[in-house]
Amino acid sequence: MSELGRYQPLSYFQLMEISLRELLVEKGVVSETQIEATVEDMRARGPERGARVVAHAWTDAAYKRRLLENGTAACEELGLDVPALRLVVVENTAEAHNVIVCTLCSCYPRMLLGLPPDWYKSRNYRSRVVREPRAVLAEFGTVIPESVRIRVHDSTADMRYMVLPMRPAGTEGWDEQRLAELVTRDSMIGVALPKAP
Amino acid sequence: MAVEALFRPGDRVRVMRAYPLGHVRTPYYIRGHDGVIERLCGSFPNPEELAQMRSGLPAQPLYRVRFRQNEVWPDYRGRPDDVVEVEIFQHWLEKG
Amino acid sequence: MIERSHHDMGGLPAGKVERSEHDYAEWERRVDALMVLLSGVFDGKKLLTVDELRKNIEALGPEAYDRMSYYERWVTSITQTMLQRGVITTEELARKMREVEERGR
Repeated sequence: MSELGRYQPLSYFQLMEISLRELLVEKGVVSETQIEATVEDMRARGPERGARVVAHAWTDAAYKRRLLENGTAACEELGLDVPALRLVVVENTAEAHNVIVCTLCSCYPRMLLGLPPDWYKSRNYRSRVVREPRAVLAEFGTVIPESVRIRVHDSTADMRYMVLPMRPAGTEGWDEQRLAELVTRDSMIGVALPKAP
Repeated sequence: MAVEALFRPGDRVRVMRAYPLGHVRTPYYIRGHDGVIERLCGSFPNPEELAQMRSGLPAQPLYRVRFRQNEVWPDYRGRPDDVVEVEIFQHWLEKG
Repeated sequence: MIERSHHDMGGLPAGKVERSEHDYAEWERRVDALMVLLSGVFDGKKLLTVDELRKNIEALGPEAYDRMSYYERWVTSITQTMLQRGVITTEELARKMREVEERGR
C-alpha cells in the first residue's frame, strides 16, 4: 500500500497520520524505530497464538482449569506475551455456547489474537449480536440448536474475552499442533465452531 | 484508600437507570435492568474520569453481571436461560 | 437523541453483518501502533489513555462516526487527544500538514 502512495494523492486522514507522526517524532515523543517495531510486533500477533492455547487446553485438563481461572496467566505459561491483557476465557459446552462482542467500540484480545476483523467492529454486528445472537450466528453459517443456551459477553470495561471452543469429535490421539489447525479465529470469537477433522 | 467491594457472586443487583453525559461504559440497553453478579473482576481506575484526563482513582470495583435476555429485550426469541454478561462498575449498581 | 450516544448501539436495529474483510493498509497499522505506543502498553509510559481516545471518537457526531472508517476515526481521535494534552498545537499541525502536502507535489 505504500507503493500506492506515490501514485495517488493522500487522503485527509493519511495526511493527518503522516503529519501527526512526524510532529511526535520531531518532539521526541516517539521514534520512527519504535513505531516500525510496534507495527511489526502487532503484525506478528494472530489467531494462531490463541489456537495454541485452545489446543493445549484440549489435551491438558489441569491447564484448562487454570485457563478458565486466569486467562492471562495461562497464556504466559505457554510463553505467549500478552502485555496489559486481562483475559477471561469462556468455555463452550454441550449446554452453552459463548459469543463475544464489544457493543460500545471494538474491544478485543488484540495482544493475544492480533487485530480484529472488520465485521467485529461494524455497526451491524455490535448492534444485533447482543439482542439476536442466534440470528447473527446463522448469518455466519453457525446454527446453535435450541437445546443449547447462548451466553453473549459484552466487553465493556477492562477485561477481554476469548471463547474456548469444544474439541471436535474424531480427534482422539491428535497432537496439539494438529489440533491447533482446527481452531479458527471465528471459533474463538464464538461466531463459528472449530473446523471438523 | 481502596473502595470496598459491596457485592459478591450470586448477589442480585440493579443497574442504575440514569443517562448522564460524558464517557460512560455502562451500555444504554442495560440501564435499569436486574441481574446477578457473576464475578468480581477486580478494581480499576474509573474510565469516566480517565476520559476527562483525571486519574480515575481510587480504583472502583468492577463486576461481570449476568442478565436474562428475555428480561432485557421485550421481543427476545430464544431460551429463557440465554444470558448477556456485561462488565459494570460498582457505582452503577444498586442492591436488586 | 442526546441521552443516547451514537456509539452506544447495542440492541438497535441494523442490517446483515458484512463479512468481507480488508487487508490493513500500512498507514492504518501505523495509526494502531501509535495508539499502542502512546497508551503505554509496552513500557508503561502513558502519554494518553484509551479512555480519552474513546471519548474523542464518541464526540465525532453521528454523521462523521458513520462515514469515517475505523482508522480514520482513530487517527482523528489520537490527534485531538494530543491537542487536548498540549503535546502538539493546532498551529504546529497546520504547518506540518501544509509541509507534507507541498512535499508530495
